This record gives sequence, C-alpha cells and structure tokens, in this order.
Amino acid sequence: MGNEQIVLSVKDLRVYYASRDGDVKACDGVSFDLRRGEILGLVGESGSGKSTATSGILKAITPPGRIVSGQILIDGEDVTEFSDDDMRARRWRKLALIPQSAMNSLNPTMTIHAQIADVIETHEGRQEASALKARILDLFSRVGLPSRIYTMYPHELSGGMKQRVCIAMSIALNPAVVIADEATSALDVVMQRIVAQTILKIKEDLGVSFVMIGHDMGLMAQVVDRIAVMYSGQLIEIADVRHIFQQPAHPYSQMLIESVPSLTERKPLRPSSGITHDPRNPPSGCIFRLRCPHAGEICAQSRPPLVEIRSGQSVACHLWQKNGSEAYVRSAV
Amino acid sequence: MSVPLFEIRNVSKIYGPENTGLVALDNFSWTISQDDARIVTIAGESGSGKSTLGELILRSSRPTRGQILFQGVDIWTFNAAQKRDYFRQVQAVFQDPFGVYNPFYKFQHVFDMVVKNFKLSSSREHARVLIEDALNAVGLNGEEVLGKHPHQLSGGQRQRIMIARAIMLKPKFIVADEPVSMVDASLRASILDVMMKLRDDLGISFLYVTHDLSTAFQVGDDIILLYQGHVVEHGNAEDVISWPQHPYVQLLINSVPKPDPDQRWPGTVELPAEETLRAAGAAGCRFYERCPQRMDRCNSETPPLYDVGDNSHVAACFLYD
Repeated sequence: MGNEQIVLSVKDLRVYYASRDGDVKACDGVSFDLRRGEILGLVGESGSGKSTATSGILKAITPPGRIVSGQILIDGEDVTEFSDDDMRARRWRKLALIPQSAMNSLNPTMTIHAQIADVIETHEGRQEASALKARILDLFSRVGLPSRIYTMYPHELSGGMKQRVCIAMSIALNPAVVIADEATSALDVVMQRIVAQTILKIKEDLGVSFVMIGHDMGLMAQVVDRIAVMYSGQLIEIADVRHIFQQPAHPYSQMLIESVPSLTERKPLRPSSGITHDPRNPPSGCIFRLRCPHAGEICAQSRPPLVEIRSGQSVACHLWQKNGSEAYVRSAV
Repeated sequence: MSVPLFEIRNVSKIYGPENTGLVALDNFSWTISQDDARIVTIAGESGSGKSTLGELILRSSRPTRGQILFQGVDIWTFNAAQKRDYFRQVQAVFQDPFGVYNPFYKFQHVFDMVVKNFKLSSSREHARVLIEDALNAVGLNGEEVLGKHPHQLSGGQRQRIMIARAIMLKPKFIVADEPVSMVDASLRASILDVMMKLRDDLGISFLYVTHDLSTAFQVGDDIILLYQGHVVEHGNAEDVISWPQHPYVQLLINSVPKPDPDQRWPGTVELPAEETLRAAGAAGCRFYERCPQRMDRCNSETPPLYDVGDNSHVAACFLYD
C-alpha cells in the first residue's frame, strides 16, 4: 500500500501524566495508521487511554500530561513538531473533532448558523453572506438537518440533532480526518442509528476518514472498517472488523465481544473475574495478565509485541506463537 | 392474595397547565405483588418519562393526577414514621457511580451513616457483620473496599457498593435508574448478575430504568415501553423483545446494533422534518409523526392498550383493534 493511502499515522505515541506516585502511562507506545476513506474504531473501557491517544493526536494534552515521545503524521506532516499557532491553523481544516457531549459543546447563546459561520470565517476570513448561507445549508442537507434550524438556538434541538450539528461543523472545512469521540454514546438506539448513518454517508460522499472512539462493540460492528482495541494505555489488537468478530485474537477482545448482550438468546451472564490494576503500578509483562484467564509464566516476564498473525489482524499476546517458520497459531502459554 | 407491594393507579405527571402542558407520564397504572419478586424494566428514549416514574415512586416528585399506594397506603399520606419505614423498604441506585460519593470520605463512612441514620445496630461488632454481609452479597469484601476512597475503585465496584448500601436496609424494592449505562461493558455483567441474585435470594423486586433493550432482555422479567409518557407496549420481556407488536418498539428493536459486521442495519431510518410534542390534553397517538404504518384515526384518537399475545402482552396501537 502506497503512503498516499495513509492519511494519519501514529507512531509509538507515549503520553504520560505526572502524579505524586510516579507517571501514569495513559498511552504507552501506541502505533496505528488510518487509511484514506476508512472508519477506524478505537475501543476500550474508560481509562484505557483511547481519549488520551486522540488528545495527543489533536495536540490537546495539558499538564500534568505530556507527550513523552512519538510521531503523529497527518498527510505526511509531523504535528508533534508544530507550534500552537501552526496546530491551530490545521484544526478543523486537516483534523476535526466531533465531541462526546454535543449538548455541552455548542454555545447556548449563539444561533446554529452563527456557530458554523464562526468556524468557517475564523479559518477562511470573511465570506460573502449569500455564499456563506448556501454553504451552511449545504452542510445541513449533508447531515440530514432541516433548513429551519438555521436561526435556532441549541436548546431548541433534540440531542440527535445537536450531534448532527457538530458533525456538520466538523466537515465544514473539508478536513482529511475527523475524530468522533463517543459521538453516539449518550443517544438512544434510534438516534444512535441515525447519527451512525450520517457518518457513513459523509464517508461515502466526501471520502473523509474517521477515527470513531467508543466502547459498544455492537455499534462498531455496524459502522467501522477496522477496529483497534486498547487496554490500559496499550494497543492490544488491530484488525479488520470481520476478522475480529470471526476470531478475536486477544482474550480481552474476546471478552469485549462476548459482553455484548444478545437479543435473541437468553444466556447466563458471565461476570469477568480478576482485578483491574492500579494504573500507577502496572503489572510486569503483559498489561492484561491480572484479568486474563489464560495467563502463564511468560506473561509475567515480557510484554508481548504486536505481531501480524494473518493478513489484516495483529495482536499483542503470548498465546500466539509462530509454528516453526510458518503461520502463527494459538497455543497455551 | 395479600395487598400488593405497589399499586399505581392512573398516575399522570404533567409539567405546566393540566391541558396544555407537557406530559411526562400519562395515565399510568401498574401493580407489583408482595410475594413474587421481579425485575421490571421500564424503557424508552430520553424524555419518554421512564425516570419520571422512578422519581414518583421515590417521592421526589408528586403526581399531577392519580395515586401511588404502597402496601395499600397512599405514599403522599404518610406521617414521619411511615415515611422512614417507606425508605427502609424502598431504595434507589442511580446512574452515576462517580458523582454519587463524596470524594473525601472512605467507603466505611457511607456504611456508617446508614447504620447510624436507620439505627440498624447498637454495637460496632454487629454493624461490622451487617456491612460485611451486604458487601458479600454483591461480591465484595470489607477488607478490600472499606478503607478506600471512591477514586480507588472501578465504576463497577462503586456501583456494587451503592447496591450493598441499599440492601443493608433489607428493602423490598429497589429503583435502579440506568445502573449500568456508565459502567464499562466488560464489568456490566457483574452488576446485572447481582440484581438477579438479590431477586432470587433476598426476594427484592427491581424497577430497572434503562434505554438498553439488550440488558433488559437478559435480566428483565417484565418490560414496559414508554413513548412521550404513554405506555406503548407492556408484557413479558422475552415475548416483547422477540415479538414486538407496536411499530415504535419494532423500530427500537431493529435499531439495536448487532455485534456482527455481516448483519448490518437494514435500510435507513428517516425522521420527520417537523416533530412537535403533543400537549397533555391533545388526542392522538404520540408516535403518529414517525410511524410508518399510521392511519387517519391515529391522529385524532389515542389508542388504548390491546391484547396482542399471551401473558398479558399488550400494545397501544390501532393495528390490533
């Protein structure tokens, strides 16, 4: 695959938060590529570092956090080298964010059109009024919003509509990459479906690439092309969506997929055992071993590297070993 | 048959003037028995009135019309002693396991306050046993958690501590308002499992308020679905979710994302460009504007609940007239 196909590349990103008892490694050596026109799902539970990783990409880490090392290439430019002004010029244009809580991210004292106009004019300078209006109405139609909301205030819209206003705003300057941070988590299933439909349509129409952060594996199966799974600051599996649902390679990915309750079959719940470690004091070796049902001796000794076990699926787990010089197979440790 | 635990009689909650205000809950009736502990799910989108029902039961909001009887007595006629007894028997677990605790106190304090306020025990040793029993019932132990501050435990553990605090009072009924929606997927099962154990071992009934139909299907005995304050379907949870009859419930169940990339959502959902909330006094089905099967009469008459299946499975839709 040529480099022009990769629109965002994260290489060995480390973001640490200073605490009294030492650094918390919220994002500890994370690497992944986002391909042009794809939706990559970034999943993990709260505290897994998925939001920290994206704040790192947006260069929005504030003390006590800091980017320790790593590269973030957007269209070939390393944003970690940028000054704040350079970065500000590229937000919205190259890289936009759909925030988790649309309810709180719109300005309650500004009309919808004024907020979108603000984004456009801040970056592109003053616009001719009728062209600006046409452009905003075009954005509305792309995300399925009626034109009557043009002069409305945020409190007059439903949660799903506000979320679509945020999507319209995120694509206003034609960015290459949009990060959707739990964009549908606060919505009910029907609204969630409508917002997901909108994201899929934007991807098709405009070729925008998305990083979709979330924890609902059911929703991921419906929307994304590939999934990256994080656990406690580390990327433990990255795979095509079909591969990971057919055969989750990491025991944690398997746990996440199995924890989606079924609507067709009532089966006994399986509460996960094991303990979640204190992030200031991670276990030696594999980060997941305290909760892993398969952990063996080697898991306490070394951190498993991320290896490609088949085309389109990579995992960081000692269960997967090379069978001679040939394929990777899963065996007991 | 003894007096029911709860009898909710034609309760409405209207914000604003009775005829032109907004309905949070409309003419809601429901009975739950003393003897048969059940997990009853109340589901619907945000704004459908599901939390309003919880608030009415917890006496934090007063019905505009109708009555809520607890063991035969209207909860708004209680004197101080009855009120105290009521809150011993009816407890609540809320959505946010992060905001509910005072971050400065250890969990020991949470339990000490319950013992003190409800005079559960006169000796330290006995109180310690009560606390330990309650924690064991939710799969925790005192040594692990009592000396800790809230930030030291996971969301799932904190939520189970909320439940342990509630069950120290040996309640008959717990209102659980979205207890798992802020807890990570891999830890949700531990809380739902505790709810089922408490129902089976201690005979506690739950009002499980949620918008997540799949967990309702896994743990719920009965399910009530609301749309804009009106009951649209009610029945055994397995029946309703496997054979939904109301067009709204069918849309909801079709929209639950399946964890299978080869079974993606069929078709697309369209929303009406204009959607107005009907005023309290207005007739007509609340789902009219979004309904793919609407008929003329749906706009002028409010559909009553029709029988649509076994085990008192009912749906409010003229398709079943």
